[in-house]
Amino acid sequence: MYKLLLCWRYLRTRWIALASVISVTLGVATMIVVNAVMAGFSHEMQTRIHGILSDLVFESHSLSGFQDPAWHMEEIRRAAGDDVVGMTPTVAVPAMLNYQVRGQWITRQVMLIGIDEATHAGVSDFGRYLQHPANRGQLSFELREGGYDTVDSQAGGEEPTRPALEGAGWPHRRMRVERERLWREKLEADRATDPAGGDRASGGGEPVRSVDRQVDAVLAATDAAAREAAVEPPARPADPFRQARPAEQGTRMDPAKEQFTGAVPGIGLASFRDASGTDRFLVLPGDDVKVTFPTAGTPPKAISDTFTVVDFYESKMSEYDSNFVFVPIATLQKMRGMIDPQSGLASVNSIQIKLRSGADLDVVRDRLRKAFPADLYAVATWKDKQGPLLAAVDMEMAVLNILLFLIIAVAGFGILAIFFMIVVEKTRDIGILKSLGARAAGIAGIFLGYGLFLGLVGAGAGLALGLAIAANINRIRAGVEWCTGQRVFDPSIYYFFKIPTIIDPLTVGWIVAGAVGIAVASSVLPALRAARLQPVEALRHD
Amino acid sequence: MTSATLESPGAVAVPAPPASLLTVRSLRKRYRSGDKVLEVLRGVDFDLAPGEFVSVIGQSGSGKSTLLHLMGLLDGADAGSVHLAGRRIDDLPGRDRDRLRNTDIGMVFQAYHLLPELTALENVLAPLMVRHGLWAWCRERSEARRQATDLLKRFGLGERLHHKPRQLSGGEMQRVAIARALVGGPRLLLADEPTGNLDAESGGGILDVLAALNRSEGLSIVLVTHDASIARRADRIVRLVAGRVETA
Repeated sequence: MYKLLLCWRYLRTRWIALASVISVTLGVATMIVVNAVMAGFSHEMQTRIHGILSDLVFESHSLSGFQDPAWHMEEIRRAAGDDVVGMTPTVAVPAMLNYQVRGQWITRQVMLIGIDEATHAGVSDFGRYLQHPANRGQLSFELREGGYDTVDSQAGGEEPTRPALEGAGWPHRRMRVERERLWREKLEADRATDPAGGDRASGGGEPVRSVDRQVDAVLAATDAAAREAAVEPPARPADPFRQARPAEQGTRMDPAKEQFTGAVPGIGLASFRDASGTDRFLVLPGDDVKVTFPTAGTPPKAISDTFTVVDFYESKMSEYDSNFVFVPIATLQKMRGMIDPQSGLASVNSIQIKLRSGADLDVVRDRLRKAFPADLYAVATWKDKQGPLLAAVDMEMAVLNILLFLIIAVAGFGILAIFFMIVVEKTRDIGILKSLGARAAGIAGIFLGYGLFLGLVGAGAGLALGLAIAANINRIRAGVEWCTGQRVFDPSIYYFFKIPTIIDPLTVGWIVAGAVGIAVASSVLPALRAARLQPVEALRHD
Repeated sequence: MTSATLESPGAVAVPAPPASLLTVRSLRKRYRSGDKVLEVLRGVDFDLAPGEFVSVIGQSGSGKSTLLHLMGLLDGADAGSVHLAGRRIDDLPGRDRDRLRNTDIGMVFQAYHLLPELTALENVLAPLMVRHGLWAWCRERSEARRQATDLLKRFGLGERLHHKPRQLSGGEMQRVAIARALVGGPRLLLADEPTGNLDAESGGGILDVLAALNRSEGLSIVLVTHDASIARRADRIVRLVAGRVETA
């Protein structure tokens, strides 16, 4: 009993010891906040990665792929059993994306992915990442009649950060076609009246700006009409084949009413985010892009075709958003020559597999690896595919935790030093207690209990502080940004509008237990010293 | 009644006579400071009968405080023995020595040695808190508080129960220390210069308290002092000269 009483009295009268736990408090709070933010980022990243990759990816080593995906899917279902709830074939090839901005051709290296629009969204979160609400429900490679989100649907918020998408789709396409038509007519008219002037116009300079102004004036006049027309969908050709490849039919395609094969590029390929958080687009849904990719033959030959952008894909992982272009798998197979002319069987590169919730991915992966020859097929979980990235994040978290834990360890040395001072100061008290019959273990218990109290106080305060900061980190960020005028968290870098945090109770428990443990461990030596004091020597101490 | 004898070299510890509460035989103690050895006690024999009040007198450095510490088990002797009620206690394991200090021996010091963080009442309760574990203390707490409060009131400190030592006078602190020494019901009270830091009047009051305890409750007391006038308040005086006992 006297141990508790003296602990309590020492706590109340020795404020210097409480000061020593401030570092414990700060260490615990920092560890909780850093772990929460890191876990938030990690979770966000894993969600994004898992959003584009299905649970399992079954793929060929060869760019030419493997034939008869239906047979393969049957075999996969047989090997994996009831765990498989969805599958979709894909074709992925490296490609070059080209588009024109103000007369300048921009080329990007991309991964061209052919997907089955009916089943692809069923195996991953692909649909969630599209910009048109109807496409999020069911993807269509048909260009939409407007209605694209001007607000980032994943970030939430009220303020439109993508005003350019307001007129995207068929309205934008018609406007563009009209502009080009007017531009050509004006140029031809100028050439007819002044061949030299026309040359100058095509070569740039003042005459070009003059033509631009005239075109703009005409466009302004036709703008209202164009918008009105945009309300009604344009007449579509009845023949779907003609719609897909109108130029092949030998008839002249009307780009104001027809589109090329639809394509969904990653949003990072077509836009950039300025410092104010507004997305600026180089290409909009309705624009045409050219894609160059290899055929499936040996040796592969490069072929090009034109696609119409029908939506944007935004997983918030810049690696994907700046790299992927999705097109209909059937078109890609046909263009690459992946359909056997005799059997009519198409080849695919990979099959994306979705497993039932709770299925052990590694177990199913290993079953498939056993069932298919490894030299022909590779089977990987989504985590395997991003193993180095996830491992790097885990490693980063581990190193940060070690470094931060050292802060608490330093605090432990502070407690050790202060406790030694207190033991020296209290030597006579220790002698008195021993003269009253207190045992050595009891004396040690006073200081161990003191350390435990300090650890609990420090860790408890750190826990409260850390949880409060983690819960309000975005408000704190806004406050700091308001005070300093500096952007602390730049969404154009992270593609997140909010700092994500996840509090893991187990991690928090370990941090608090570790901090309390360090405080108690730091009091062990001083406690032993106190316990070993001889009563007479302690009583004589001044 | 009892006798203090001169050193008897080679004496062997003998069982204490039944009439003796405390028996010290051939007690030796030396301190080392570097190469120097200071022999403080050179074979002390001492007996204390139950209910006896004995003063140990001697000059500074004669070893009287050391003798008291050895009798109170606060220190270990180099040779010799200490018996309490016929039982040898100086060679007991530490745990048993701690228990004896708590239950059988009360000690009062010149510098009071009160715990500064505790109130007068809590200081008096301290030996009982040390004796009982947490749960036992929860059961005994009320009775212990009543006992301690009665003791302090008896010593005229009824109004000072919740005062910290720094708020008390020297005489009051020493009375608190005596109350603390008595609260556990000891058989033996060892007082080391209890009036050394007090003025004559306060010191006299303390001696009156000790004498009254001895008379009314038959408490056995060993009082160490260098002042002959104080020593005369006891039944018997033992003179310690250069580490040896002389009968006064």
